[in-house]
Amino acid sequence: MTQNGQNGKIKWTRKDLLGLRDLSAEEIELILDTAKSFSEVSQREVKKVPALRGKTVVNLFLEPSTRTRVSFELAEKRLSADTISMASAGSSMSKGESLWDTIANIEALKVDLIVMRHGSSGAPHRISTYTRCGLVNAGDGINEHPTQGLLDMFTLRELKGKIKGLKVVFVGDILHSRVARSNVWGLTKLGAEVVICGPKTLIPWGIEELGVKVVHDVKKAIDGADAVTLLRIQMERQNETLFPSIREYASTFGLKTELFKLAKPDAILMHPGPINRGVEIESALADSPQSYILKQVTNGIAVRMAVLYLLSGVIKNEK
Amino acid sequence: MKNKLNGQSVKNLIIRGAHIVDPANKIDEVMDLHVKSHRIVKWGKDLAAEDAEIFDAKKLHLLPGLIDLHVHFREPGYEHKETIETGAQAAIAGGFVACVSMPNTKPACDNAQVVKYQMERANVLNFNLFPAGTLTQGREGKKISEMAEMKAAGAVAVTDDGNWVMDSGVARRVYEYAATHGLPVMSHAEDQTIALNGVMNEGIVSTKLGLRGRPNAAEDIATARDIELVRLIKCQLHFQHVSTIGAVAMIRRAKVAGLPITAEATPHHIALTDEEFLRYDTFYKMNPPLRTKADRQAVLQGLEDGTIDVIATDHAPHAFEEKDQDIEVAPFGTIGLESSFGVAMTELFHGRKWKLEEIVKKMSLTPAEILKKTNFGRLKTGEQANFILVDINKEWVFGEEHVHSKSVNSCFYGKKLKGKVLHTFVKGYQYTL
Repeated sequence: MTQNGQNGKIKWTRKDLLGLRDLSAEEIELILDTAKSFSEVSQREVKKVPALRGKTVVNLFLEPSTRTRVSFELAEKRLSADTISMASAGSSMSKGESLWDTIANIEALKVDLIVMRHGSSGAPHRISTYTRCGLVNAGDGINEHPTQGLLDMFTLRELKGKIKGLKVVFVGDILHSRVARSNVWGLTKLGAEVVICGPKTLIPWGIEELGVKVVHDVKKAIDGADAVTLLRIQMERQNETLFPSIREYASTFGLKTELFKLAKPDAILMHPGPINRGVEIESALADSPQSYILKQVTNGIAVRMAVLYLLSGVIKNEK
Repeated sequence: MKNKLNGQSVKNLIIRGAHIVDPANKIDEVMDLHVKSHRIVKWGKDLAAEDAEIFDAKKLHLLPGLIDLHVHFREPGYEHKETIETGAQAAIAGGFVACVSMPNTKPACDNAQVVKYQMERANVLNFNLFPAGTLTQGREGKKISEMAEMKAAGAVAVTDDGNWVMDSGVARRVYEYAATHGLPVMSHAEDQTIALNGVMNEGIVSTKLGLRGRPNAAEDIATARDIELVRLIKCQLHFQHVSTIGAVAMIRRAKVAGLPITAEATPHHIALTDEEFLRYDTFYKMNPPLRTKADRQAVLQGLEDGTIDVIATDHAPHAFEEKDQDIEVAPFGTIGLESSFGVAMTELFHGRKWKLEEIVKKMSLTPAEILKKTNFGRLKTGEQANFILVDINKEWVFGEEHVHSKSVNSCFYGKKLKGKVLHTFVKGYQYTL
């Protein structure tokens, strides 16, 4: 059980969660430990704790999002925060207001925390130095999606009891995946063996230098895996000549029941969603007992509650 | 409004005791220099002239005025970023007496009228502006521009600037036509189909930051093609802002083979690497991008062995609001005129123990030779006074207060520099900085 932003090892000191790149292994573990104590809240009949009572959180989603936004909104409500969500369409940003001005206006409303999704890599990093509000990166461009990375790790730890030494495989579009990038930073810090698999066109330059293994043969990648995370092929990228057709992608990198048998018998299957049945994942596999895709969704709330709780503690201390 | 630099008309002045370094005239000693009615009369020991004012320049060095082969003065069309007037102010503040302006204006400088307009604006301002015209009409990479007319109007070179002519067949014809009229081609060698939507160098840093990259291959492929076209045509070609190991190596080999090629490097590629991007600061977004340490070393090596002939700034002003956008949207470029000499002195003269005459060659004499401007890059009696007085040991920290450009997008804020221009003499006017 964690208390007041500590788990007996370290104390949380950041006002922002920008990415897992910046965090130490201890900080990641502190978030996961804190999330464990919050996961129980969602099992209760009254799914609410007063941890953020009186705090105001703005969800600023400048790129379309449903699952992440809903997950954050529920996490905030279950922490008793006052919340409001904004999208770029309909906000003054669609009238040409700059991001700085939008943030300054939100700050003037005496908001405590901003949860931001932005289409441009680095946008939250640039904003964070200017605002006194706590900032949670809910996905920036193709860079990071730290709470997704954390909830994947939380799910893995919950099911496997540990992360160190596990073979975790990612298959799909790594190049454009902020989910993969956050997972790579987090998992390598906690000592997992991370394997990246996809065509060369979808792998970022030199990612091996971050301590991961790149394998282009999906069979070799999955062999002996403890967990496999599939990443969505983004349909909108089809005209960028990154792969010949959805059909060929599905036949070469799509995960099927037979293929998944190469993994360990108790291997788990994950996906950040939304899934494209019949493309990166065979439909039956998505519904199989080894699929923990919906478990990830549930865990997302606990992890986001933990993050908001830890950041709010630091903001309080600053006053 | 920035405080404006005002030139004092030099009527009759003896600059006393400056250490003159002028490699073209093989001068490297303390002397006096006499300027009368804007023109250099003579230099020598213990000059005396009746009723001449005396300017005590002991402890200062006197160098031929700097020449920048690569600036963007944005006029006409983008006057909110820079004008020829503010660009000239930035140049003078940095010790530059002459600049070659790029033709990516609106309309593009692809005809004699725009060349004339730019030159007239500069003449009124008493500045030496040498416009570059476009290679192709509208910088579209399709039809040859009216180069003969532009040359007659004063254009000194041709380039499509950031729009490297992708079609090799068109490039061949365009380069042949430029050679016909004795105009050097300036090449921003970059295959745009590879650079695509990258915002920084492609490498481990872009992978770490989750940003799209522009790989060295974009520059290397374009450099290789242009070298082969020079081998075919024997046109004079100048590679702009060389930034990769590969390009330096290819240019070195091409020069050994005797091809009429010259090349430049920018102060930011000399001093900085892609690690500057770690804070996602758009002031470090330039094209070609800041590269790796190894690329930077190759550029320095190229400068030192003569592969790279000149230092040019690629002074690229953009309004703060334009730079202050998402990384993908913000325009490429950094201003450079005000900081260039300080950076070169810091990195090369002090940092790598260059001789001062080497700095003069890279920043004044060789640029003048490439332009075939024999009155520049050296002291010349009877010609207008275009020179600078510098303190080679003055330490200063570059800041916004040193900027005279209309835009403030510099990548050198906070950098400790050693060596500063104190006086710029342009066309016989003295500007005290």
